[in-house]
Parts: sequence; C-alpha cells; structure tokens
Amino acid sequence: MSATTSITDDAGAVERTRALLTTADSGRRRADRAMTILIYGAFLLAVIPLVSLLWTVVVNGVERFDGDFLFTSMRGVFGGMDMGGAYHAAVGTLMITLTATVISVPIGLLVAIYLVEYGRGALARATTFFVDVMTGIPSIVAGLFAFALFTIFLGPGAKLGIIAAVALSVLMIPVVVRSCEEMLKLVPNELREASYALGVPKWLTIVRVVLRTSVAGITTGVLLSIARVIGETAPILITAGVSDSINFNVFDGRMMTLPVYIFSQYRQGPVPCREDALDCLVSINFDRAWAAALLLIIIVMLLNLIGRLVTRWFSPKLR
Amino acid sequence: MTTTDSPPDAKPGRLKPPARRRNSGDTERGFSRVFRWITTGSGAFLLLVLAAVAVFLIARGLPALTASPDELSGKGGLPTGMNSLWDLVGPLVFGTLLAATMALLLATPVAIGIALFISHYAPRRAASVIGYVIDLLAAIPSVVFGLWGGRTLAPIISDVWVWIAGVLDFLPFWTVNVTNTGRSLATASVVLAVMVLPIITAVSREVFLQTPTLHEEAALALGATRWEMIRTAVLPFGRSGVISAAMLGLGRALGETMAVLMILSPGILYSFQIFDSGQQQTIAAFIASRFAEASGLAVNVLIATGLALFVITMVVNMGARAIVARRKEFSGAN
Repeated sequence: MSATTSITDDAGAVERTRALLTTADSGRRRADRAMTILIYGAFLLAVIPLVSLLWTVVVNGVERFDGDFLFTSMRGVFGGMDMGGAYHAAVGTLMITLTATVISVPIGLLVAIYLVEYGRGALARATTFFVDVMTGIPSIVAGLFAFALFTIFLGPGAKLGIIAAVALSVLMIPVVVRSCEEMLKLVPNELREASYALGVPKWLTIVRVVLRTSVAGITTGVLLSIARVIGETAPILITAGVSDSINFNVFDGRMMTLPVYIFSQYRQGPVPCREDALDCLVSINFDRAWAAALLLIIIVMLLNLIGRLVTRWFSPKLR
Repeated sequence: MTTTDSPPDAKPGRLKPPARRRNSGDTERGFSRVFRWITTGSGAFLLLVLAAVAVFLIARGLPALTASPDELSGKGGLPTGMNSLWDLVGPLVFGTLLAATMALLLATPVAIGIALFISHYAPRRAASVIGYVIDLLAAIPSVVFGLWGGRTLAPIISDVWVWIAGVLDFLPFWTVNVTNTGRSLATASVVLAVMVLPIITAVSREVFLQTPTLHEEAALALGATRWEMIRTAVLPFGRSGVISAAMLGLGRALGETMAVLMILSPGILYSFQIFDSGQQQTIAAFIASRFAEASGLAVNVLIATGLALFVITMVVNMGARAIVARRKEFSGAN
C-alpha cells in the first residue's frame, strides 16, 4: 500500500515538475493570451473602416449608377435637377491617365533596365535612393511643379489635361520603376548568359529575352501603378481645373476627372429646394458623388484584379 | 557525327574571343552602346526631374519670400491680420505636423498588430488573403476616403469626441471645446490613420517575416510563450524596420490633401483644440482650397507653402530610406 502511494506521489511530483518545465506560469500565459486578443483585435479594427467604406459607397452609389449617369455630362445641369452624369469625368480620367501612362511607362521601364542591367557606381546608387524618395512626394507638390513648369510657357491661367498628365507622371514614374525593377530582377541570369553565349548583343538580349520573360510582371506593375494614380485628386484639381463638358483633347482646355468630379459635387453640398418643388432633389450632388465614387472604386478594383490575374496567367513557368 | 564535328568547331570559337577583345578593348559595340547611353540617360533624367521639382518650386515661390508685407497682405491674399509669410506658413506647418502625428500615433500600434497577425498569428493560407485585404485598403482613392469621412464617419464619430471631451473636462487650465459636426482635426486624423495603415503594415510585415527562424526557435525552445518569443526575437529584430515604416506613413500623412480638405472645417491657428472646428489647417489642404481663386502673388504664396511641405516630406522620407538602407547593410538575415 505504502509503496503504491509513494509511487503515485512520485507520479504527481513528476507531473508537477513537467508542468512547471513545459508550460508557462499563469501570469505569462495571461500576458500571452491578452496579446493574442489585442493582435486579433487590431486586425478587426482595420477591417471595420474598409467594410464600412465599401458598404456605404455601394449602398449610396448604386441608386444613381445607371446608363444615364455613365453616358451624360454635367453640361446645362444646375440646381437640384434630377439629371447629369459623370461621362465627361470618365473621359477626362481616361485621357489624362492614358497620357500619364504613355509618358511614365517608357521612362520608368528604361530606368528600371538601367538599374538592373547596367547600374553600377554612384549614379545608380543615387537613382535607387531618389526613386524611393520620389515615391514620397506629396501629390499636391507634384501638381504645383507641373503648374509652375507649364505656366512659364503658357501663362498663369493655363489649365490643360497635359499639365495634369505631367503631374501624374511625376507620381507614377517611381512606382513603375520600383515594380519593373523587381520583375527584371526575377529573370534568371542563366537566360541572359545563354543569350550572350549565342552571340546576341546585350541590348537585343534585354529586349528579346529579359523583357519578353518579364512582360507579365511588367504589365501587372503598370496596371497597379495606373490604379495608384487614377484616384489622385489634388494635382488634377490645380492643373486641369473643373469642367462640365466633354473634352477629349488633353492639349486644349479644362478637363474633368472622376476624383475631381466627386470632390466638386461634394463641395456643392445640399441643394436649397423650394418646399413644393417636384423636380428638385436636395441630396442630388451627394448622390452623384457617391455614384462616381462607386465607379472609381470599380475601376481601381478591376485594375488591381486584372493586374493580379495577368501575372497568374501569363507568367512563364520557370520551374 | 556530332561528337566528331564539335571539337574543330569549338576550337576556333574558344580562341576567337580573346583576339577580338584585344582588338577593340571593349566587347560593347554598335547599338549596345547607344542602348546603355539611353538607359543611363533616363536614370539621370529621373534625378533631373526631382531636382526640377525643387528648382521650379523655389523659383516660383521666391517672389513670395522676397515680397514686402504690404504686397503680401494685399495681392498675396494673406488672411487679414497677417503681415509676413511666416504668419501663414507657421500655423499651417503646425497643423500639418499635428494631424500627421496624431494619425501616426493611432495607426502605428494597430499596423504593428496587423503585421504581427499576418506574419505570426494567422494561418498561412489566411495570411495572404488578409494581406490582400489590407492592400485593398491602400488602393482606395483618397477622395473616396474624404467622401466617406465627411458624410459617414464625421456624424458618427462626433458623439465619441463629445464624450471624450466630457471625460477630459476635469483637466484644469484647459477647456476642451468640441464641435457637434465632427468636422475637426481629430476626425481628419482618424481618416488619415486609416489611409497610412496599409503602408506601415506592408513594410512592418516584410521585416517581421525576415526574422531569423533560428532566433524564434531558440526563444521557443527556452520555454517562451508566443508573445514572449515575439517580444524577445521578432520586435528587436524589426525595430528599425518599424521605425522607417512609421516614417514612410508619416510622409504620406503629411502630404495627404483630399481627406483633410473634405473633412476639416479649417482655421489658421496654433491650437491644440483637436475636437473643435475652425482651428487648424494643413498645408496641402490649404493649397488645394485656395488655388482655384488665386492669381499673381497669391499663387507664389501658395507655391512657397508647397515648398515648405516638399522640404518637410523630403526630410522625413530621406530619413526613413536612410534607416532602411543602413538596416539592409547590417542585417544578419541576408
């Protein structure tokens, strides 16, 4: 009997010792659990604004989001009229962003090629550093720069789509450089060496082998950088101004873009309507702003989605 | 056949390159050299653009810096009661720094939490989805944040500010004014915090994921709980990364225009009344709100304030990048 009790006592002691050695004491365990809860809480806290924002944009925007909104401009629309749309803004966004892309992508790609294929020495180091610094230029400063540059030639009142496109390019080039650089670095050196071994000159190797291999990644990078600048408001507001009419020409006259449209509708605020007015909507400006916000978010999300799908579908299977 | 053919082929091939190299001294010829010049030139062009930004801002801001007080308050469009540029820029810099600092204080702890959640807490498969969700937050245009902040968040959050102001009422020497509209710097800072959150999260996550696995395993083997492992292995390793991430977020918050412009009811004061309206204004929002009506010297004044913003963000960004670069050199992980 005594032997068995001592054995069970021993077993209990062993258990206790093992528990002592393998598990944390309650205070430390409590700290661990508290931090786990806090960290899960931090994540939930970040999801709340995202869900709230997407929800309000969809609910408020879907009301006016129809063909009429997408294909009419604001020309001749005033007061609380139940009409008018964002066609002119969509056109302006398309033209300005397209022009900015045409300017930024070649420059950005060449800089990326320089950094990856040629970059040695002080110039390369400086370029890498200042590309990073340029990604942090405030968008309004880019707008001021484009304004200061063009108004020297065109006079102080110049408001053109091309000025906005230049401002966006200043913001876009570093993003394009960064993403293209990452993609070019992913191209295995064996491919370059194989090409050199066949006697292909370096520039042809870069164009035909390196760029061909990384074209999917570069496309993704370009699409994501477009998604990044398409929502810029402040630089366009001060360089292309505000307009109510459709304008396809970036070299002539003011242009509206979707973000500026959202802002200008928001700024106009509620419409003062007469009590008995039937064709006057008090909240029409906000409704249009929400619908345009929905359109903008759809465009940005589509660009992001297509960008990711392009990599998934077209990236070369290296291994 | 091929085996017998290849040696005579290979021999001249092996001999030729040294001979050619001796002749030209450089293997790069023809368009390859032009191509190198083009790419190098575009690298230099990029530096030129950044320099041009600074030069043009200085050149166009200079008239405002050298103008007399009378000109400034007359044609320069300074608010009444101000007679030097610093009277305008000072409070604007103050407002900008205050808004960005508050946004950073709100965002950084949450961002570190999310980064840790993605790197060490969430299941592997969920982590990439969550990373994508956070990236979505970064993709939303700032004007939509402004619209949401002004129309949805401000009316809701104003009740919270009223409550906090009520709690803070016991403070001596300081009465907390609070607005019922929610159009205060506090609301703007909350929206700014949401906007910089993805940036800080993305950079911190990368750093945390780089923590040497051996450090983590050593901590766990010594009996550390998961939090103790993070505190002793992950956080010390990632400290400089988190600091530079926060500085990048600060740079973003300093330059953010639309969210502040659409939410804040502005004033130009040195004021810590963050729950009240009509107190502070940020540089970027000030420029955007005044630019359409400005002409002549007033434009120069706005460009000069923009120059101040440019200098502040450059300093912050270069600091952040320098920390990142130094960390890359000395980090044991690679």
